Amino acid sequence: MARHSTLPKRAGELKPERAPQAAHFDRVIHERVRLAIVSALAVNEALTFIDLKRLIDVTDGNLSVHARKLEDAGYIACTKSFQQRMPKTEYRLTAEGRRALEHYLDHMEALIRATRER
Amino acid sequence: MHARAMDNLRFIRETMERAGAFTAVPGLGSIAMGATALFAALIAAEQSGRDAWLAIWLLEAGVAFGAGFWGMVLKARAARMPLLSAAGRKFCLSLAPPLLVCALLTGVLYLHGASDLIPGVWLLLYGTGVVTAGAFSVRVVPVMGLCFMAAGAAALLSPPGWANWYMAAGFGGLHVAFGIVIARRYGG
Repeated sequence: MARHSTLPKRAGELKPERAPQAAHFDRVIHERVRLAIVSALAVNEALTFIDLKRLIDVTDGNLSVHARKLEDAGYIACTKSFQQRMPKTEYRLTAEGRRALEHYLDHMEALIRATRER
Repeated sequence: MHARAMDNLRFIRETMERAGAFTAVPGLGSIAMGATALFAALIAAEQSGRDAWLAIWLLEAGVAFGAGFWGMVLKARAARMPLLSAAGRKFCLSLAPPLLVCALLTGVLYLHGASDLIPGVWLLLYGTGVVTAGAFSVRVVPVMGLCFMAAGAAALLSPPGWANWYMAAGFGGLHVAFGIVIARRYGG
């Protein structure tokens, strides 16, 4: 039975269709699980699949799907290898992914500033 | 939208902190601390009196503290983390008690004419602080602390004449070496 994470539930709060200005956000990063993956990789040189799974508390399938989306967008790079005959999947944030996170942070900060100035 | 944006920023910060690899310890600040310590060691080596030697190292401690603090500020700013994020707060709170003990013991040892023990005590207690504070940080930080403790123990067991070079190797060499590792691997 699939284990439910708190993250996808919280992600529901941020569904773009419910937020008028969300259309301007980078939708790849805006989703909570993907945002967590990118944030965790931003402060680590690399993280294994297992590290990320434990950190974000999602199921294998959920993590795979979201990591693949980030990979397809060029935000993270995945390397597969073997360590003592065990498969090891490692993720790193690409320069493009770091830029995307910075833009996302800028966007959030600008939004907060704009609301305060109103 | 404002609350949602705030929530998102908080979420990113908490994820980074939980990821454990965000260390408030500044690699570049550590390199700067090491560089000033090496410079201080060269000047201190020229001093014949114990008081002048101690005064130079006390001055260096102040300069290094300032460099380290400024490094933390820059690093936190670059990572868009508050200076006293959970990681930074835990680090400072764990580092402070051994440093306070260090300051107290420095005074006591000086007053009792046991200044020769001060370098070993400084290295040992600074290392202790870094080990305990490093428990909340990336693995390289407590390793650095253990190296300081080893240097302190060696300094206490070595002839007093070697003290300045233990200080140079510890506060200079270890800070620079580990600072490079932290700066390269853990975001500056």
